[in-house]
Amino acid sequence: MSKKILEIKDLKRDFIMGSETVHALRGISFDVEAGEFVTIMGSSGSGKTTLLNILGCLDRPTIGNYFLDGVDVKLLTRDELAQLRNHKIGFVFQSYNLLPRTTALENVELPLLYNKDISAVERRERAVHALEAVKLADRFDHTPSQLSGGQQQRVAIARALVNEPVMILADEATGNLDSRTSYDIMALMQELNSHQGKTIVFVTHEPDIASFSSRTIQLRDGMIQKDYKNEHTRSAKEVLADLPNADDYAKQK
Amino acid sequence: MSLINLIKIALKALQRNKLRALLTMLGIIIGVASVIAMVAIGQGSKQSIHDQLSNMGTNMITVQPASNLSGGVRIAGSSFQTLTSKDITALKTGAPDITEISPAVSSKGQAITGALNWPTTMTGVSIEYLDIRKVTIKDGIAFTQNDVLTSAKVCLIGQTVIDNLFPNGENPIGKVIRFGHIPFQIIGVLNPKGFNAFGQDQDDILIAPYTTVQKRILATIYYSNIYASAANENVTNAAVSEITRTLRESHRLTAAEDNDFTVRTQQELIATLSSTSGLLTVLLTVIAGISLVIGGIGIMNIMYVSVTERTREIGLRMSIGARGKDILLQFLMEAVIISITGGVIGVLLGFLSTWLVTLILKWPTVVSQSSVLLSFVVCAVTGIFFGYYPALKASRLDPIEALRYE
Repeated sequence: MSKKILEIKDLKRDFIMGSETVHALRGISFDVEAGEFVTIMGSSGSGKTTLLNILGCLDRPTIGNYFLDGVDVKLLTRDELAQLRNHKIGFVFQSYNLLPRTTALENVELPLLYNKDISAVERRERAVHALEAVKLADRFDHTPSQLSGGQQQRVAIARALVNEPVMILADEATGNLDSRTSYDIMALMQELNSHQGKTIVFVTHEPDIASFSSRTIQLRDGMIQKDYKNEHTRSAKEVLADLPNADDYAKQK
Repeated sequence: MSLINLIKIALKALQRNKLRALLTMLGIIIGVASVIAMVAIGQGSKQSIHDQLSNMGTNMITVQPASNLSGGVRIAGSSFQTLTSKDITALKTGAPDITEISPAVSSKGQAITGALNWPTTMTGVSIEYLDIRKVTIKDGIAFTQNDVLTSAKVCLIGQTVIDNLFPNGENPIGKVIRFGHIPFQIIGVLNPKGFNAFGQDQDDILIAPYTTVQKRILATIYYSNIYASAANENVTNAAVSEITRTLRESHRLTAAEDNDFTVRTQQELIATLSSTSGLLTVLLTVIAGISLVIGGIGIMNIMYVSVTERTREIGLRMSIGARGKDILLQFLMEAVIISITGGVIGVLLGFLSTWLVTLILKWPTVVSQSSVLLSFVVCAVTGIFFGYYPALKASRLDPIEALRYE
């Protein structure tokens, strides 16, 4: 039995909009164990984003418990939440959210700047290492505007890896990318999951993307509709290899 | 987050918008430079007025006979004879705050040489008088203590008298002129002092040993007044009370009797003139201060724009672990760096413009350390004050909303 990274028990989240109360999440329970690659699926309005915010410690549940790596998130202050995000979560966003006019290396270093236990030398070392892990060793000094979408997302993944989080939390991380680049990113995710044992929680609305994960949780109207293991997890690497090798794709990559 | 990281982050953020940072700084630069230049000009004019007054002998104290009752009739002070050599001796021991003292007697009369003559005043004094009144000798020598003891018939001559007695530019030194019936040898020429504040020509003068004037011209043992100088301006008032006490003793006045002399200082004049130019300094400082505040508002404005523009960045930083405090400090640090860098450049520019004012306009300027320090502190405080609200706004953003901000 491996270690539980996420424990969610009967989680509810209400928003008060004027006189109405909107029940975004109506009671969700699931666990994620270390080394799992979970996709959370759902159409818009299903509570996906609300769940993501709570998983990312950006928001707190109204009712219910959320344990991240054994820490009860509900009891933490705003500052403690920030520290928890810094130490335990690596975010990957749909729109990359890299700092403009800042080199890839400096972008990757960013989370470590908010961790006072890490020296400047170690910071640089780890950032270099993380960029090498996403195969961008030759792009250290490139600013986001000098990188393609796929490369920018890989910088963002390196940034998510650099603080050695217990979980990578991706929010529609392939949403802005063409399918070939998406597969490329998914291949990277799969590699991180299988080779480095990273726990990944990937929020998406594309069933195609979900098929690369080992487990899928489907949300509907704030409840879990389905939670199933993928018997036949596809390998993004193989899918990528099967794609017609069009010239424009090759160039873009 | 450590201070070094904080400064690094702020510097990087500013680097991304160099021109904007520079333009924001400009307000502070101009503010600080104008504070320094304005105060320097104000202080300079104050100092120059002060110097001019000091040249007139700001620490000079004058003792004159006062009006007094004589059988129920008030008698004008100047015709009253109370000051004698005994008083000088008493004052030399009784008034320690006085550094120099000189009796003075004067006589109006005609100065004559050959066919030319000129009505002037001969002032009989001791050697110290020259120091007290800041009278300097352009040419020749001053009379000596020996001349005083022997009532020598020597005199120093002012420029106006020279112009009238020696119109052809002859060297007056060594020449003999007559004053009254007495021949005097000219031994020195005084540097011109011009007219004083009351329109009197200070160069229309002959200066001789007081003993000479007393014995040979006026035949009196009294002095028309006594000049003294206090050690410095600050002890002038102490010197005045010492003089008053000593002279009352020396004149044997009872407690009920009025002083039979008056003691005057130049303090009032200095105070008036100083306060005028002090007002100038205040005025200039206020104007410069206003420009500093405007510079600060410029910072606040830009910081607000910057916070709004970088909402997503703030959201990102928060999501990867920045606390509200970190964001607050980051933006505050940006504002402080802008204002302090602006302050440093402003100080340099202030020195430069002050130097130029002196060089080109020939205005006297004094850069006071306090104005440099003050404007520097003010601009640091301005940065913190005007940077605080935008930074607070940034730190209170909700990371969820900030990340989705378009």
